[in-house]
Amino acid sequence: MTGKILGISGPTISTDLKGLSLYERVYVGHAMLTGEVVRLEQDRSVIQVYEDTRGLAANEPVKGTGTPLSVRLGPGLLSGMFDGLQRPLRRLKEEMGPFITCGREIYGLDHQKKWSFSPSVKGGDEIAQGQVIGSVEEGALRHLVISGPGNTGRVLQIREGEISLDEPLGTYDGGGMIVGCHEWPVRLARPYRKKFAPAGPLVTGQRSIDFLFPVAKGGTAIFPGGFGTGKTILEQAIAKFADVDVVVYVGCGERGNEMAEMIEEFEGLKDPWTGRPLMERTILVVNTSNMPVAAREASIYTAVTMAEYYRDMGYQVLFLADSLSRWAEALREISSSLEEMPGEEGYPTYLASRLSGFLERAGVVETLGGMTGSLTMLLSVSPPGGDFTEPVTQACLRTTGAFLMLDTALAHRRHFPAINWFQSYSLYADELGKHFRENISPQWDDLLRRAREVLQKEEMLREVSEIVGAEGLQDSDRLLMLAAEKIRMEFLSQNAYSEDAFSPPVDTLALISRIFQFYDRIRGQLAQGISLDDALKTECPS
Amino acid sequence: MRRSEHVYRSISSISGQLIFLQGVVSARIGEVVTVTAPHGLKMDAEVLEIEGENVLIEVFGETRGLDIGRTSVAFGDTVRLVPLSSDMIGRIFNGSLSPADDMPMFIPEQWRPITGAPMNPAARARPEEFIETGYSVIDGLNTLVKGQKLPVFSCAGLPSKELVSGILKNSRLSKGEGDFVVVFAALGLTFHEYSYYMKVLGEMKTGFVAVINSAEEPVMERLLAPRFALTIAEYLAFEKEMDVLVIITDMTNYCDALREISTAREELPGRRGYPGYMYSDLASLFERAGRLKGQKGSVTMLPVVTMPEDDITHPIPDLTGYITEGQIVLSRELHRLNVFPPVDVLPSLSRLMQKGIGKDRTREDHRKISNNLFKYYARGRDMRRLEAIVGRDGMPEKDIRMLDFADLFEREFVGQASGRRGIGETLDIGIGLMKRFSLEVT
Repeated sequence: MTGKILGISGPTISTDLKGLSLYERVYVGHAMLTGEVVRLEQDRSVIQVYEDTRGLAANEPVKGTGTPLSVRLGPGLLSGMFDGLQRPLRRLKEEMGPFITCGREIYGLDHQKKWSFSPSVKGGDEIAQGQVIGSVEEGALRHLVISGPGNTGRVLQIREGEISLDEPLGTYDGGGMIVGCHEWPVRLARPYRKKFAPAGPLVTGQRSIDFLFPVAKGGTAIFPGGFGTGKTILEQAIAKFADVDVVVYVGCGERGNEMAEMIEEFEGLKDPWTGRPLMERTILVVNTSNMPVAAREASIYTAVTMAEYYRDMGYQVLFLADSLSRWAEALREISSSLEEMPGEEGYPTYLASRLSGFLERAGVVETLGGMTGSLTMLLSVSPPGGDFTEPVTQACLRTTGAFLMLDTALAHRRHFPAINWFQSYSLYADELGKHFRENISPQWDDLLRRAREVLQKEEMLREVSEIVGAEGLQDSDRLLMLAAEKIRMEFLSQNAYSEDAFSPPVDTLALISRIFQFYDRIRGQLAQGISLDDALKTECPS
Repeated sequence: MRRSEHVYRSISSISGQLIFLQGVVSARIGEVVTVTAPHGLKMDAEVLEIEGENVLIEVFGETRGLDIGRTSVAFGDTVRLVPLSSDMIGRIFNGSLSPADDMPMFIPEQWRPITGAPMNPAARARPEEFIETGYSVIDGLNTLVKGQKLPVFSCAGLPSKELVSGILKNSRLSKGEGDFVVVFAALGLTFHEYSYYMKVLGEMKTGFVAVINSAEEPVMERLLAPRFALTIAEYLAFEKEMDVLVIITDMTNYCDALREISTAREELPGRRGYPGYMYSDLASLFERAGRLKGQKGSVTMLPVVTMPEDDITHPIPDLTGYITEGQIVLSRELHRLNVFPPVDVLPSLSRLMQKGIGKDRTREDHRKISNNLFKYYARGRDMRRLEAIVGRDGMPEKDIRMLDFADLFEREFVGQASGRRGIGETLDIGIGLMKRFSLEVT
């Protein structure tokens, strides 16, 4: 079926092609640019094009594909690097050089590569959708081959050993092929049997998160912060250290140099939990700020679908996006080229519902294959002017479980991660506090409460001390300020470029209890009438 | 493809820079067309939108005198391409890339599309080669590296052009190997600034290419000039293996031009009237900085942004800061104290510094010195607030020491009225300062 282009406006075109369905993938123009149907009318359809439309002319052909925008799921995604449409960037580079030009379709998976397949079904077994057919070794990970839609039936015969994705794994009764990979539409959440409440902490290795504002596996958290507050560094640190099986990182409308830096760094690092190369558990989806806007909008869906796929194998998956604001802006740009009625600050009114629909793809689930997997989402937000009252931050606040506010003032004094300890919150704190109390130390809750108190009191004392001077305070108050400083400088701040970048919960607890032991010791001496200066002299004789 | 030019006189409406044409057969988005006014003047224009046989074009130039009926529009079936040649070095062009130095047009070796193509993130090399600018506050605390984009955030009346020209004159971009060339894009420049920069470029030994759009020239060209400059820069860097430093001044004029054009197109205004796509648009410029794996040459960018109302949260510096890899922020207060360059250390930042400094790049103790200087200076600045409340006499000795350190740091480390400093000298001054106040270097 072929139609022709009627009109072109920015990233959207209209066509007279009949018989399209909403969100169907289409090819536009002689250059075969990828697009997606976003609006259907009686005599015309509107298509959002994922590549640069420059040079496109009216009357060029438009072809439908009959399928929605999908990603290919199968072994070989890990350590891959894709653009917003799941085109592998390394292969694109080999084929078209260092700059990306338009209209080239390359599949996300390498169909020639041989995988050593061991089946877990045998002749006569029934295969249902979402069921595990067998497994291959994908780096350190046991990649479960899951049957996709339509890949079902009674097994007649199943193979074993070296098989590429182009070859069938076996045959069904009635002659159908058993295949090892499948396609899934990106905008459709992958199905599961049951969803559970988020449980158990996602250990990030960042003390301010794990201790003050813990995030649960299967939960969602946002990091809003103005520029220079260290969103990217924090996300990358978490990508390195989090205790998960698979990390999917989306660079959505961000800097190319940053991605180059991240890739080089990741290639040299090891997963702190397994000791394997870090890239083996990582999938990167990169749509830098100068790549087409519509593909930026699609990139988070492409990425989350791959994340869900690994969740469906029963793994703990972490999804990181930097930054969600760029996605929302892409949505706004497309909406405005569709001449939709704008809502707040020009964003379409469906921003909040799209966002919550997306965030609901996180969670702990029982998969169709009967395993338990989780998908946790950590998303950075870049509010314009560092103003948190803007629509994207506000829409996120209603649906996410943790709000980790990055503070420009802290960043300016190079306190990193610049998570503000008064404004941030985590709805998982109570639940996870219990977990840490039971698994790390019974003192956890108590120390947490005391740390919060000290920080709170410091804030009040700081105002007083600005008037009377630090020397004018009572010794006990000065001691409290000293303890608060220790908590801020030694405990809450963590240099992402040093050994200290990763702090497992046991070390986190040890450090905070050392600070409080110091505090209590000196407090004891003050109670005996010793002055603070003398007490400190005996404590640190230098 | 069409074989010949199609000429139409079917204009249905003209409004500002925009012309609607009827009955056009197969126009292309981004196609360059020529508009001929009744009095014979020719202007370039570009196809903006197509709706069946109705086409919206945007004129780059003065639309006064155009009419409906006699004005003709010729479609040539090509998107905008930039003529390129290494003979461009040493030349000055206007905002539509015609020679502005009374010399004939060069003979192009190559033509490339003005928008460029996005660099594949997998092909990018990590920026990590130190560029010595000769200014302590940049080299020591906010180190610039090849392939970085580091804007200067200035305020009206601050000496940003002196700083930029100082960097131009003093930068050692490549360690002896390879060629270094400056591509200078001036957007909406006043004659006063123009003559200042031309003098500086004339004094320099290294080559330059200048694309100048002065304040009285068409606003549309303000959007094209930086793209010409960057296409030239990419060509010189990745085709001719040169290290290219691109200076764009002033991005505030660019953004205002973008707003003006966007309003004329009747697009939805975003914050402060700037279009919603300003982030993507700025990124399409700034992201062209970089280096490629396994290839010589680099594009480094140093755009100047004048912050309206000295407000760093204004959309222009705000969006710029989200795209660029750090910022050099100038301060009115330091300027008043006669400190040059008046760089405010606290909000300034170079994101790519970590990999560009240390052993084999600058000096092994660089990171330690810069962290400590920053820490003590930040503390000194805190003390100034206290001093304003309790007075200097009411402060303990150690706080007074921090105050004095901050003052001297601003005068002697940040301030360097004349002369360039090597990185070694910069770091030694830093150590010296901390020693004088017996501050521990941890």
